[in-house]
Amino acid sequence: MHVPVSITINGRQYSRDVEPRLLLVHLIRDVLGLTGTKVGCDTSQCGSCTVLIDGVAAKSCTCLAVQADGTSVTTIEGMAGDEGLHPLQESFWNKHGLQCGYCTPGMIMASHELLRCNPDPSDEEIRHGLEGNFCRCTGYQNIVRAVRDAAGSATGGAQ
Amino acid sequence: MFAPQFDYYRAGSVAEAAALLAEHPEAKLLAGGHSLIPLLKLRLAAPSALVDIGRIDSLRSIREESGTIEIGALTTHSELASSELLRSRATALAEAAGMIGDPAVRNRGTIGGNVAHADPASDLPAVLACLGAEFRVTGGNGDRSVGASDFFEGLMSTAIGEGDILTSIGIPTVDSACGSAYAKFAHPASRYAVIGAAAALVVDEDGSCTCASVTLGGLVPAPVRATAVEEALVGTRLDAAAIASASGLTGDALDADDVLGDVYASAEYRRSVAQVWVQRALSSAAARCG
Amino acid sequence: MSASTFGSGIRRREDPRLITGTATYTDDIVLPGMLHAAMLRSPFAHARITSIDTSAAAEAPGVVAVYTGADTEGEIGPAPCAWLLPDSGLSIADYHCIAKDTARYVGDIVAVVVAESPHQAYDALDLIDVDYDMLDAIVEPKESAAEGAPQLHAEIEGNQAFHWTVTGGGDIGEAFESAAVVVKETIVQQRLIPNAMEPRAALASYTQATGELTLWNTTQNPHIVRFLMSLVVGIPEDRLRVIAPEVGGGFGSKIAVYPADFITVFCSKKLGVPVKWVETRSENYQATTHGRDHVQEIELAATSDGKIVGLRATVWAGMGAYLSTAAPGIPTILHGLMLSGVYDIPAIHEDVYGLYTNTTPVEAYRGAGRPEATFMVERLVDLLAAKLDIDPAEVRRRNFIPKFDNGHDVVTGLTYDSGDYDGALTKLLDKAGYDQLREEQVEARKQGRYIGLGLSTYVEICGLGPSQVAGAIGFQGGLWESAIVRFHPSGKVNVMIGASPHGQGEETTFAQIIAGELGVSPDDVKVIHGDTDNTPMGWGTYGSRTTAVGGAALALAARKIRDKAKVIAAHLLEAAVEDMEYEDGKFFVKGSPDSSKTIQDIALMANVAWNMPEGVEAGLEATTFYDPPNFVFPYGAHLARVEVDAETGSVTLQRYVAVDDCGPQINPVIVEGQVHGGIVQGIGQALWEEGVYDEDGQLLTGTMLDYAIPRADGLPDIEVHSTVTPSPHHPLGVKGIGEAGTIASTAAVYNAVIDALQPLGVSSVRMPLTPERVWRSIQAAQEDN
Repeated sequence: MHVPVSITINGRQYSRDVEPRLLLVHLIRDVLGLTGTKVGCDTSQCGSCTVLIDGVAAKSCTCLAVQADGTSVTTIEGMAGDEGLHPLQESFWNKHGLQCGYCTPGMIMASHELLRCNPDPSDEEIRHGLEGNFCRCTGYQNIVRAVRDAAGSATGGAQ
Repeated sequence: MFAPQFDYYRAGSVAEAAALLAEHPEAKLLAGGHSLIPLLKLRLAAPSALVDIGRIDSLRSIREESGTIEIGALTTHSELASSELLRSRATALAEAAGMIGDPAVRNRGTIGGNVAHADPASDLPAVLACLGAEFRVTGGNGDRSVGASDFFEGLMSTAIGEGDILTSIGIPTVDSACGSAYAKFAHPASRYAVIGAAAALVVDEDGSCTCASVTLGGLVPAPVRATAVEEALVGTRLDAAAIASASGLTGDALDADDVLGDVYASAEYRRSVAQVWVQRALSSAAARCG
Repeated sequence: MSASTFGSGIRRREDPRLITGTATYTDDIVLPGMLHAAMLRSPFAHARITSIDTSAAAEAPGVVAVYTGADTEGEIGPAPCAWLLPDSGLSIADYHCIAKDTARYVGDIVAVVVAESPHQAYDALDLIDVDYDMLDAIVEPKESAAEGAPQLHAEIEGNQAFHWTVTGGGDIGEAFESAAVVVKETIVQQRLIPNAMEPRAALASYTQATGELTLWNTTQNPHIVRFLMSLVVGIPEDRLRVIAPEVGGGFGSKIAVYPADFITVFCSKKLGVPVKWVETRSENYQATTHGRDHVQEIELAATSDGKIVGLRATVWAGMGAYLSTAAPGIPTILHGLMLSGVYDIPAIHEDVYGLYTNTTPVEAYRGAGRPEATFMVERLVDLLAAKLDIDPAEVRRRNFIPKFDNGHDVVTGLTYDSGDYDGALTKLLDKAGYDQLREEQVEARKQGRYIGLGLSTYVEICGLGPSQVAGAIGFQGGLWESAIVRFHPSGKVNVMIGASPHGQGEETTFAQIIAGELGVSPDDVKVIHGDTDNTPMGWGTYGSRTTAVGGAALALAARKIRDKAKVIAAHLLEAAVEDMEYEDGKFFVKGSPDSSKTIQDIALMANVAWNMPEGVEAGLEATTFYDPPNFVFPYGAHLARVEVDAETGSVTLQRYVAVDDCGPQINPVIVEGQVHGGIVQGIGQALWEEGVYDEDGQLLTGTMLDYAIPRADGLPDIEVHSTVTPSPHHPLGVKGIGEAGTIASTAAVYNAVIDALQPLGVSSVRMPLTPERVWRSIQAAQEDN
């Protein structure tokens, strides 16, 4: 069985006929070739595959492509705009919030979710908000700094 | 990582979902997918078809009507956790929902999918049992409402029968001063409950406990009520000493043969320390009774 | 720009591609006509394979080929072990890429399916029918050595892969017999699962017309992969190109060349089309190498005033079912030789038994041997302190090797390069406010709270290492590194290195080295690595050696460039070479700094070669092969503060302070990042992580749902400090920092927990320190009282 799926990713619309079992992450990576989103586990733990579905963070390895039919998805490739890097991308760079980079796309999307729900988090809230994303390199400390920095720049910009 | 093949049908309404289930008796219902998809990926489940009820918007709501908070089965954990209504009137449920998985999981996982899966290590069954929830089921045999003690039949087993659809969960509200809380010993890897304790307390005008409900999850196949603890609390002023002493009766609720253990935490250990989480839940619940 | 760039915490140049999702990891690569491989792995830890029926799988939709061990016979050799530990009775069992007749661990490959899509390949795996005859399994290393234990390999008696010893200094027996105090302990260094976030993958593309093969591989050492691949698959090295594209962490688990890599190449060669294999995370848990797995019986002898007189140990090291690429050297050379730690210990003896067990092969895992050594020594020193009722800091001070800046011999045969161990501890105690922490501990105990302080003072061996030593210790390769520095006419620089960083940031730090040596902007330097076709030979990134060895090669290549540029500059300025001075990218005649030639001027002239000095070749390029004269020995002192909830046994890590000395820091921000990450991995071992097998050899912690990786919550901010003691023999004075944190932190956290439990009479808990284990130890101690 194949099912038609129409989905907007980073502002561009894609229509494909897919097997129902195709995961959203595999649609994004393997069918559409947007390989910035990563797969790091098979049990919905690691968060490497985190994307935004209609602006809300989701683990794209735990969502069938058919479930995302009709939605608008943002992946790491859609974070930077014409005006340059997203503040989170800047702050991860500035604060050395990444090493091997494999968890980074998911971590940035999860950080986006964190700041969406809590624009001015404490360090403890940041650590708690990133509980669904594993990083094996950084020990998380500079990721916390990066998110705090991005939050600061966001509120700073608003003031 | 790669699920086996299955067919897929999307239902636009509960009636349509029921019809699809009748047509495809081996199909499984798909809500948020956060219990089912991991099983499919690890090839631990291989249904011939999925009936996706995820877009039936009428199943996604939290509203209070005539003494009951009615929660649609598709309400996500995030919605439960952030609901002002639940935070004030069924605090333990909002609190437990906020401890499930992680933010991205909570954004898509649903209360209905969670309880239908009935994982013993899940947080919601114990809380719902504690709060006296009623589970509204519709299906071939008509509509019915099932209490928590009948709904959770055992390990990964519920009263949802073939062709049934869980549509909503009702939680009775209390008019008097009351408070509820959930305390959890989370597994460091899965974040599921090694031990989960839910407590709901009602006090009279003098601050004396008139009603106590204490339920344990995580360490048992299906939620159990700690009746000895409950009984010991009624009539007390819910001070620290009363809570400590009542919590000490937690073990009475746990039949040693039923307690679950695993490589991380043995049954013996869980049974021995469960009272600590009961005590923590009671302390929080008591503090909320103001 | 300029020399000031060396030592500056500039942003990493790796990051723009990584934060935008435009980096290319192995699994991101798609080739025309590419097929997908999936491995059928044994679900049993020890079983004879009596029959395999692949007919249904072969007929399944999309399936192109199914191969079993019989198909690879004579086509690919066994996966090699490349560290042939001498004088140890080393017995290497054949590690057939596809098990021939017996599967020896859950995850041993039994067959491979190649199909048009990964889904089809996995569907077909379900259709392969294998009959197994179950055999008894053995999973614990010490039990594997026992008489009557199930035997893994018919030709290897007692499951013993090797028996290695180190003996140094005075008579160990006498040291113990005459000692006033002896402390003993048995430690289980539990099995750890590395969990690099990127699962392993291989993409092989073979061109039958030319006999050439390109392999993209998640590896820490592409040149070693090419070398071993050529031996096993029979494609000569000149026709083999191995590319480590972006690699998502390794921590030792991407050193080995694995059966699945050889099989993927075999499939591509056989089918003449590109074949990709990507492991699932569950597969990673079963089949990508694990770390540690020691049972250690250890004892320390000392005088009544706490001066150590001898250390003796017996270690049973689980090696898994087969010996992985570098496995034998880990629990021996990298472990036993480090048993003196930061202390002056006059007599040391250790026996290490390497044992086959029905488990996933064990390899290097961040620290590789050294965390296991540090833990032993640091635990014993704390036990000694407790026994003599002396503060742990004081016992350490009484035994430290005094400050030295150019070599200190320890009895295990190593010569440490430089160190001031007391200096590091002093700084740590000062930064942490140790005395006040001890006072707070006393107060907390009065309130019935269990606060503990743990110290760990460590030295580690890294920057592997002189090749002559590599040969002497049986490492089947060199341990030098090479670098090519090439100036373009525009003055921009390409650097090609043999090492293969995969997250550590050397694209940035190596550009900083060039900037420091040649006065160019780091932005004008591109560092190229990871592709055997366009980088010089190198032995890879592991053992904290990339900067320590590769960085030295690079600095020396830059200095060659500078020497040549000086000759050209002298010619252009019509001066004698000996009258030339160099400063900050400029060459000038002594006393006339205003009339100078920049390195960019020289690069242009050397490349166009219109006016070169007599006898000087065109071009501005240099190649260096650097073989270090010795290892380097970073060190430091760490402190952890914990609180234990005695009611449940749960441990809260409240504070962590680190002082590390890796010599001069090229980029302190990157150094700090390495320290953070390393420390958290070591904390993971102390508190959460353990690969557990049941007695049948089933991996009970086989997914991220079961194996507890540190998360962002549950960790305090780590306070990072440093001292700077240059290595006397390194051109830049630098040491390594990639593993230091992991080597130190497990012992610091463990010692803190035991310190917290001291009033309850607990002196030992098996790691990881889960609530149940801590709780049980408290219960047991109270029953004893």
